[in-house]
Amino acid sequence: MHQLVFSLVILGGSLLAGLLGSMTGLGGGVVLVPMLALLFKVDLHYAIGASLISVIATSSGSAAAYVREGFSNIRIGMFLEMATTVGAMAGAWLATRTPTRGIAIIFGLVLLYSVYLSYKGHDDQIIPGNKWSDRFKMNGTFPGPDGKEQKYAVKNISGGFATMFGAGTLSGLLGIGSGAVKVLAMDHIMRIPFKVSTTTSNFMIGVTAAASAGIYLRRGYIDPTLAAPVMIGVLIGSLVGAKLLIKSNVKSLRIIFSVVIFFLAIEMIYNGWVGKV
Amino acid sequence: MNKPSDQQVDILIGNVLRAGVLLSSAVTFIGLLLYLVHHYSATPNYHQFHSISGKLRHLRELFPDAFHGDPVAIIQVGVLLLIATPVARVAFLVGAFALEKDRMYVVVSGFVLAVLIYSIVFFK
Repeated sequence: MHQLVFSLVILGGSLLAGLLGSMTGLGGGVVLVPMLALLFKVDLHYAIGASLISVIATSSGSAAAYVREGFSNIRIGMFLEMATTVGAMAGAWLATRTPTRGIAIIFGLVLLYSVYLSYKGHDDQIIPGNKWSDRFKMNGTFPGPDGKEQKYAVKNISGGFATMFGAGTLSGLLGIGSGAVKVLAMDHIMRIPFKVSTTTSNFMIGVTAAASAGIYLRRGYIDPTLAAPVMIGVLIGSLVGAKLLIKSNVKSLRIIFSVVIFFLAIEMIYNGWVGKV
Repeated sequence: MNKPSDQQVDILIGNVLRAGVLLSSAVTFIGLLLYLVHHYSATPNYHQFHSISGKLRHLRELFPDAFHGDPVAIIQVGVLLLIATPVARVAFLVGAFALEKDRMYVVVSGFVLAVLIYSIVFFK
């Protein structure tokens, strides 16, 4: 295959990954890395490097829109980024010390877990107040279903902080945004309202990915000629996806995407197990 | 200078992010186009990991190459600009918290900024 054809095919595939990732809320990275590694036989290191770059692009691109809506809580995000950025460094450190087969297997397991998390319901029970939440100035308001501003507080900050370290490590090791784990930490553990959790997570993903992307870059894991079509494709796909989101039937799309991710996960685990990655 | 409101800070940060993504993807796109014009019939080789050329990993050599029109170096500058975008966001927040006289969050965001700079510049 010529470079031109290859670049165009990669661009198209990345566009589709970004489109589905943003419409289902699962993120583009989860399908991008298996696509590059399994379908296009790209070395896993390059696949992860290119994916990290695309993760920064989509996070920064969509966060710009979310910030204006006023859902995301900058202080909560910033506080938890202390954990995710250090975690991302730990993940990038682990990446050179883990055999490629191991990375493939871990990737597959994380994919399965992300799909499971996305189906787990979320309850919007709002925490009225908490001493530590006050002390760390994490209380906020968000537009409730009746249009009125609703106040919320945060609980179990240490539990959320520890989970965020794990999310950062996975992000640095696998080149994904690990948005599912970030939302788990905020929504389920810290009891932050779902809408605030997802938008704040989106905001944090770019900062987390930047911490490991610099390391990957200096190690030579980011091949510019591969990263370029991936980044542009995912960015266009996710921006279009965010626009389409309002019009389409997300539920059936989510099921299809989950099935795709499920099979990709099994494929990754299998290939890692037999050493074909 | 007046104390900025949270909303003004939000809008500023939104603009920083958008400008960073636009600029970096434009540079990357130009680099990719130039690369494909010159190397459209090359055989891509991403199957095996061979760590990309050291020249692309060091700023001192990267920027001169990019200015001389080396397509791969131009893409790499775009990638660097993209990585710098969230870093700029955190740096702006340090400043915004300082203007709000929120000492606790100056420390928090300062810590995140330090980790980012350490990881991007020094961490092996």
